[in-house]
Amino acid sequence: MQHSALYTVGFAALLCIVCSIVVSSFAVGLRDRQELNKRIDQQKKVLAVVGLIDADDQPSNEEVTRLFEERLEPRIVSIETGEFVDGIDPAEFDQAQAAKDPSTSSVAPEHPARVRRVPDNAQIYLLRDGGEVTALVLPIEGMGLWSTLYGYIALEGDAQTIRGLTFYQHGETAGLGGEVDNPRWKALWPGRKAFDENWEPEIAVTKGAAGPPAEDPYRVDGLSGATLTCNGVTNALHFWLGEPGFARFLANYREKGGDL
Amino acid sequence: MNKKVRQTLLDPLFDNNPIGLQVLGICSALAVTTKMETALVMSVAVTFVLATSSTAVSVLRNRIPSSIRIITQLTIIASMVIVTDQILRAYVYEISLQLSVFVGLIITNCIVMGRAEAFAMQNPPGLTFVDAVGNAAGYGIVLMFVGFLRELLGTGRLFGVTLLTPVNEGGWYVPNGLMVLAPAAFLLIGCFIWIVRSWKPEQVEEEFHVGALPEPGDEGHLR
Repeated sequence: MQHSALYTVGFAALLCIVCSIVVSSFAVGLRDRQELNKRIDQQKKVLAVVGLIDADDQPSNEEVTRLFEERLEPRIVSIETGEFVDGIDPAEFDQAQAAKDPSTSSVAPEHPARVRRVPDNAQIYLLRDGGEVTALVLPIEGMGLWSTLYGYIALEGDAQTIRGLTFYQHGETAGLGGEVDNPRWKALWPGRKAFDENWEPEIAVTKGAAGPPAEDPYRVDGLSGATLTCNGVTNALHFWLGEPGFARFLANYREKGGDL
Repeated sequence: MNKKVRQTLLDPLFDNNPIGLQVLGICSALAVTTKMETALVMSVAVTFVLATSSTAVSVLRNRIPSSIRIITQLTIIASMVIVTDQILRAYVYEISLQLSVFVGLIITNCIVMGRAEAFAMQNPPGLTFVDAVGNAAGYGIVLMFVGFLRELLGTGRLFGVTLLTPVNEGGWYVPNGLMVLAPAAFLLIGCFIWIVRSWKPEQVEEEFHVGALPEPGDEGHLR
């Protein structure tokens, strides 16, 4: 069937309008639910990194939120001074957004972690047992092979021993770099030491097998076939535990304890 | 159900399976079949996209200008894929993370485009819907077959439930590492095609020899 050019253009325009209305109404209608899922997932990751839930557990959404709000204390930390910032409500604070906005962030220093911008303030979580801080959860990010890895490192109350490491977003190759999500690899981290005696970040993912944490505290087994992702993990940790990241906050914390 | 409808629905299951005979949609069959759960959700997603987009194309088939018919089909398919992706993210978030880009890649699944162009453009909506569901089921059968063997042999589980306790969890089963890698899906799809063709020998193509000169009087080779 032959159609005039005008009909063809009109048909195409109408089709595009109808399709875009369908797509956007679904996107808008489902957004709240999707954001809730994302938030629950992030809360689950934080709970798992400090060991409050097991990776195999399937807690309900309400349980996750309850446990998260009951046990974890979100705080905003100034990267520059390393002090707590009290003027910002942690519930309203969006670190990813803050890192994008030039008025609340700065260009990151040259570093192999290839972080683009560092927010002025960062959100951390404290886990307390009877007033005493028993774990610190710090957000980290850094470039792997293909993508930026976003995750959390949990330190014990001594701000030295690693309690856990997890990533909540990355785009590394499944089966190779994607193995950073493997629970067996993540289980290699707890008990190892993050810093040397001068409080410089020392922990590194190395090629080949590392010994048990007590004998070989600064090294973690590399993932075979994923050297660049592993280097990315090391770089991200050195960035965020070091001078450009939480070094000043951790120094303050070691000096004055959980209430700064 | 009359004969034509029944044929349209059941033919793609084994007689004219989109993966087995038409060899379409292989890429996603390799990617999402390490677990039954992802294979099942992927099958449902493809069924939804195929059924809605083919039916929509069929409704519009007499109005689509032939000069832009391919891009019209693609626009409809792409819209339905985005809708599917949004629904998965809202209701089965964790599975949607595992399926990641492969839901988006349903757009490039040749089965969807193939049915729109080959069937929906010529047939009324009702029959097109039946054809779409049949083809999606044919795709789903292969995905479930491959997913079943890969998950069971690769990890000792089905739908995440441990059936064969692996050695490193204190059991006896040594998981077959090959099964969780993509090449295993190739081997299993090959086996599926072999089984179906042994059962239905009429699907076996005539042999032909690439590069060989036809013997005098021997027609039919080198097509």
